[in-house]
Order: sequence, then structure tokens, then C-alpha cells
Amino acid sequence: LASPRAGEDIRSEATLRRSTTPDIKPLTLFTTFSGIALSGFGGTLPWAHRVLVERRRWLTDREFVETLGLGQLLPGPNICNLAVLIGQHFAGYPGAAAALAGLLVTPFVCMIAFGVLYQRFGSIHFAQAALSGMSAVVAGLVLATGLKMTRGLPRQWRVWTFGALAFVGVGLLRWPLLVVVLVLAPVAAGAAWRDEPS
Amino acid sequence: VSHLQIAWALFVRLLFLSLIAIGGVITVVPDIQRYVVDTQHWMTATQFADAFALGQVSPGPNMMYITLVGWTIAGWMGAVAATAGMVLPPVLLTLIVARARSFSPQAKLGRAIRSGLAPITLGLMLASGWILVTSVDHRWPGYVATVLTVIVVLRTKWNPLWLIAAGAVAGVIGLI
Repeated sequence: LASPRAGEDIRSEATLRRSTTPDIKPLTLFTTFSGIALSGFGGTLPWAHRVLVERRRWLTDREFVETLGLGQLLPGPNICNLAVLIGQHFAGYPGAAAALAGLLVTPFVCMIAFGVLYQRFGSIHFAQAALSGMSAVVAGLVLATGLKMTRGLPRQWRVWTFGALAFVGVGLLRWPLLVVVLVLAPVAAGAAWRDEPS
Repeated sequence: VSHLQIAWALFVRLLFLSLIAIGGVITVVPDIQRYVVDTQHWMTATQFADAFALGQVSPGPNMMYITLVGWTIAGWMGAVAATAGMVLPPVLLTLIVARARSFSPQAKLGRAIRSGLAPITLGLMLASGWILVTSVDHRWPGYVATVLTVIVVLRTKWNPLWLIAAGAVAGVIGLI
């Protein structure tokens, strides 16, 4: 890895990213994302943040939020989009495939095991009772993860305004997500474009 | 109708639905239910709701309930077809978009899109936490559990799995 040459813009994210990219093998991506999937009761996103940012330190808070944002703008399961983006970034297409497989294989088996139990015993009263308790905890976990991720955002009023608008639109006013994203995303990207050095 | 035919029909349907699911696949749950329950009569509304609930309790992405839907209506072939139909089109699109020059972190447009989207992503994350709070915590023990979780996760290094397990137990014995 080349050290930054004199005169090169040290703040350039591209340079930083290239010089700090750790060497991560597809197998490591597979096991890491398997771990995230297996911890992900009630949702995987908080666990992805915990493992990728806090434990393994593959990504900074900011990189995590930005990658997730791209995965959310695109259709489909956000966490799968996030997995292929991260896998691809660190180990190319084999990495993307490994991360995605890690995320899906064990949950696939667990899901069918649940299906078999459900068919045999027929009642999911147990699952629903457990779910009501877990949901209260998971809600707290999601909120706490969101609060932690704010560390990655620059302290600029523009940035916080867009975050607040997204929260109010979807969380409080319950407007359709698609509408909120389609309205806010272009405006936010436009404002960021104006601020970016060219 | 053979399992293969059902699995194929489900796969094709999900190819389209997954590609319109902007902001997460939770947005197309009603469309999937309408298709497999009301239009095709492959499963009952109760079976669908139960599969959805099991998907939330099971480890892994929440959208894995679709695997169980596929498995219920067309066995192993259905499970594979449903999962693939839900996941593959979006991730292929994601990889293509990420490769596009203008989206790369090196390009100005790519940087602007990434940094512009970041706060929106955060706002949406907090919004989904908030929606979860208001949809599940109908009694005070639920709110207490949520607030405690936020404090513990922000202040300690404890593994939140213990909290989730405690929540599940509290639910089963009727506390929450």
C-alpha cells in the first residue's frame, strides 16, 4: 500500500479508504456475517453495526451509515444490500457472495426448523408471547444503535435537519417511506453536492 | 399443480416485488400476502401471519419469513425459490450500481449521494425504532424494557442478546 505522496489531498476519502482497507478473506466475511445473522433476533441491523463497527472495526460509523444509506436507497432487503456492498468492497465478487451466503444460510435452516415445529405443534402462542417481550427490547436496541450512529455524522445543521425530517416524516407523521425518501434524498444529495470539494 | 410450478410462480412474482421494495422489504408484505393468500389461495391468512411472526423470532434478517412462506406452499423448492426471488434481484442491482463510476466514493456525485443519504438513513433507523416502541409497548413494562435497553446498550459493553433473551422470557411468563 502506497503512503500518501506529498501534495496529495490528505483528506481525500478515497486515499484514506484505500490505505486502511484491511485484508479480509471471503471465508472471514462468511463467518462474520453468519455471526451477525445468528445474533439477529428481531432484526440484524443493530448487530451488523455492533460487529462491523465496534468489534471488528472494518468500518467507521460514518462509512457504515453511508453504506447502509446506499443499501436503503436501492430496493430489497437493506441488510442483504449492505452485506454485498461490504463483501464486494473488501474481497470483490467472491466476497459479496460469501457475505450474502453467511447472512442467509443459517437463518434459512432455522426458519425451516421453526416451520417443522409449527406444523407439528400447530400453535404459535409461545412464539407470539416471546415476540411481544422481545419486540420491546429490540425497539430499544434499534433506537440505541441509531443514537450511536449519530457519532459518524458531521456537526452541521444541514445534516441534522435532514435526519430530523426523515424521523418526523416516517416515525411521527407515518408518511409512506417511499415518499419521504424520494423527496428528501435528492434534496439532501444536492445540498451535499454543493458542499463537496470538487 | 406441482410444487415446481408453484415455486416458479412465486419466484417470478417476488422478482418484481423485491425490485419495488425501496426502503426495505417490509413495504411489500401486504402485496405478498395479497398474492399468496387472496389471489392464489396457497395458504391461509393465519398461516401467513404466523409465518411472519416466526420470522421475527427466528435469528437472521426479518425478511426470512418469506423462506417459511415458500416452504409452506411448495416445500424445499418453494423455500429456495422464495428466498432467491426476494434477495437476488436487489443485490445484483446493488452490485451494478455500486460499480457505476458516478456512485463510487471517488466521484463527487458518489460522495454527495453517500453523505447526503447518511442523515436520512439515521432518521429512518430512529423512526423504525420509534414505530416499534409505539406498536408493541401497550403497557408500562414494555416501555420500561425499551428504556432500559437503550441505557444498557449506550452505557455498557454487555451483549444485547441477554436482553433479548430476558425480553423473550418476560413475554412468555406474561410480564410484557
